[in-house]
Amino acid sequence: MRITGLAALIWCALSLPGWSFEIEEVKRFGMDNADVQLKVLSTADLSVFEPYIIAFQLKNQRIAVDYTVASSTEVMKAIFDEQIQFDLVISSAMDLQTKLANDGFLSDHNSEATRRLPPWARWRDQVIAFTQEPAVIVLSKKAFAGLPIPESRSELIALLREHPERFKGRVGTYDIRTSGLGYLFATQDSRNSESFWPLMEVFGRLDVQLYCCSGAMIDDLISGRLSIAYNVLGSYAERRVAAADNIAIVTPADVTSVMLRTAVIPKNANEPVLAGQFIDFLIDGDLGPETGIGLPRIGISQKTSDAAIRPIRLGPELLVFLDRLRRQNFLANWAGSVEQAIGQ
Amino acid sequence: MQDNILAASTTSIAEAVRAERNTLGLELPYAALSMLGAISDDRVFYRVAQNGLTLTGYDDLPIDVSDEAEILFKTEAFRSAVIRSATLTRKISVDGRLNDVTVTVAQTREGLGEISARISLIALLVGLGFFVLAVSLSAFATGRTLRPLDVLANAVSRRGPSDLRPVKAEAPTEIVPLVTALNRFIERLETSLTRSEDFIAEAAHRVRTPLATVRAQAEIALRRVERPENKTALRQMIRAVDESSRSAGQLLDHAMVTFRADHMEFDTVDLSALVADTVERLAPLGDLKDISLRLGTMPSNAMLKCDPILIQNALRNIIDNAIKYSPGDSDIDIALTADDAHYTITVRDEGIGFSDMKTSELARRFSRGPNVGEIVGSGLGLTICKEVAIAHGGTLEMKDNPGRGGCVSLVLPH
Repeated sequence: MRITGLAALIWCALSLPGWSFEIEEVKRFGMDNADVQLKVLSTADLSVFEPYIIAFQLKNQRIAVDYTVASSTEVMKAIFDEQIQFDLVISSAMDLQTKLANDGFLSDHNSEATRRLPPWARWRDQVIAFTQEPAVIVLSKKAFAGLPIPESRSELIALLREHPERFKGRVGTYDIRTSGLGYLFATQDSRNSESFWPLMEVFGRLDVQLYCCSGAMIDDLISGRLSIAYNVLGSYAERRVAAADNIAIVTPADVTSVMLRTAVIPKNANEPVLAGQFIDFLIDGDLGPETGIGLPRIGISQKTSDAAIRPIRLGPELLVFLDRLRRQNFLANWAGSVEQAIGQ
Repeated sequence: MQDNILAASTTSIAEAVRAERNTLGLELPYAALSMLGAISDDRVFYRVAQNGLTLTGYDDLPIDVSDEAEILFKTEAFRSAVIRSATLTRKISVDGRLNDVTVTVAQTREGLGEISARISLIALLVGLGFFVLAVSLSAFATGRTLRPLDVLANAVSRRGPSDLRPVKAEAPTEIVPLVTALNRFIERLETSLTRSEDFIAEAAHRVRTPLATVRAQAEIALRRVERPENKTALRQMIRAVDESSRSAGQLLDHAMVTFRADHMEFDTVDLSALVADTVERLAPLGDLKDISLRLGTMPSNAMLKCDPILIQNALRNIIDNAIKYSPGDSDIDIALTADDAHYTITVRDEGIGFSDMKTSELARRFSRGPNVGEIVGSGLGLTICKEVAIAHGGTLEMKDNPGRGGCVSLVLPH
């Protein structure tokens, strides 16, 4: 009974009044009697983002930060469909953030810090990027014992075709039907790489495991359940590779998409000024010496030295794959490729 | 430019619509929206409708069905923003039935407005700048150009009434013709003035000589006639001839004074001697009316640099006037005094005075006092005196004596 009661309590705490979108974590930073409270809705895992919040609170003692984690599609649901009040929305799904701006859900933020950003790192003064994070392939070194580490998608396809028994059921990627970031990476891959659809075919035959998020994929990779995780956030993998020496990070040599993590201020924000200050803080990324690894900041120039690095550009073109018909077609094709094993 | 891109975007979407088995399919081209993103950060909306029902895109975006295969452009309000939209209708057959497929692509105009506002602001600032520059430059240029003209105008207006020297002001080449024309005009004016003065002098001279003959003949006739009425007539005639002769003399004097005032011949003379000499010469004229000219005290060494002929002429006119307006058997006192700065020649009579009329008025040409009665005169005498005084930098003063008669003073600076 007590356990049931506790579970009910937690459930109540998580599904706050009237919220029908699914949240993964909630944490409140700062005192209950704080002067102001900044409500942040984010796709970034708490462990990744905690250092930022703590560092920001060191500078602003009298504020509390209410940090809610949800998947990018749930974030969209909360802001776009339900218009739940948040002061700041941080998401890796650039396309969904762009749609929020295009459809008039956001207010402007223009400051000395945002003006320092290169033009490609902001759109309409509403979608403001503060990190650039590549999509990488993470491998288990143990699973690849005796095999060459693939450097590109075509090499990976060849390897998987040669050793289907070794990798059957041990390949993981995003379920792009539920993960906004997974959908963004997949659609960009389909634009930029000829190997994307063949790769999905191969994944399908190997009974690919579908995940909600990068963190879970890396967890399973480290635990040995997975041998290959495709389109994982490089920034997350880098943080884990130090602790787990059995994984290798591959930046595909053919095409590597680079996602810009963006922050936006909804129109119905209660504390837009404070939210703006937090965005400026994120741009500067000044975590101080004690607080661990930050996410890769926006550099002065986009990484273009390597032709394979393809930063995803902010702009209305991101709306193309959000088009109802286009999305429907894409998901149908994707499911057709990935789920053939299930179908059989 | 926005229209062209909207048209290209609309066309590319319309071309991507295709018939699939029993329905319509569309793979929205990436370029259709990325080309709009390339021109500005404006919001983009699109809608694809099949027979007026939304296939995909923004449901609430207004669409117009264009029957022609032409693109329809429109500016309207949408979601509290101003948008520019392009609409294209295509007919596509599905299962043998013709469908109207309407593609609308719209973009807000913030970027455009911002650009045009910035351009207008820049144009305004540039225009203002040019205006200020032009005004100040033209003010400067006009000032510089007209300054010589000002100098010239000042030089001409500062001149005395009888200064007819040619203008020598420095002038830029543009107004040299003006100066030349002015100088020619002055030259002609001077010639004309000289000619008229010459004419007057000549006329007076020619009148005076036969008048002397007429007077002599009249004197002779006066002695011969017996009858008193004839004598009276002849006396009147002689008197008239005298007056005419006097007037002619004064006209001559005036012409001479005017001429000499412009071309003075300075000489250092003893003013006492000059006065004494003049008085001595006019003494007979006084004797005719039993008027005695009494010469007062004289400074011993009254040397003055002047034109003696002019001074003598002026003094003669003053004394002559005094004799004319004095009653018979009276005295006229003539004195010369000197102070630190001036010599003053004073002529005091016991005549009718000036009845407080102002010197400036009396000294005008042909102007005479109100109390002259039947005494004939030309009104030139005091004019001559005043011009002489001015030519020497001095003044002519007239006032009534406390008792009776007038006092005229010719004041000359050393």
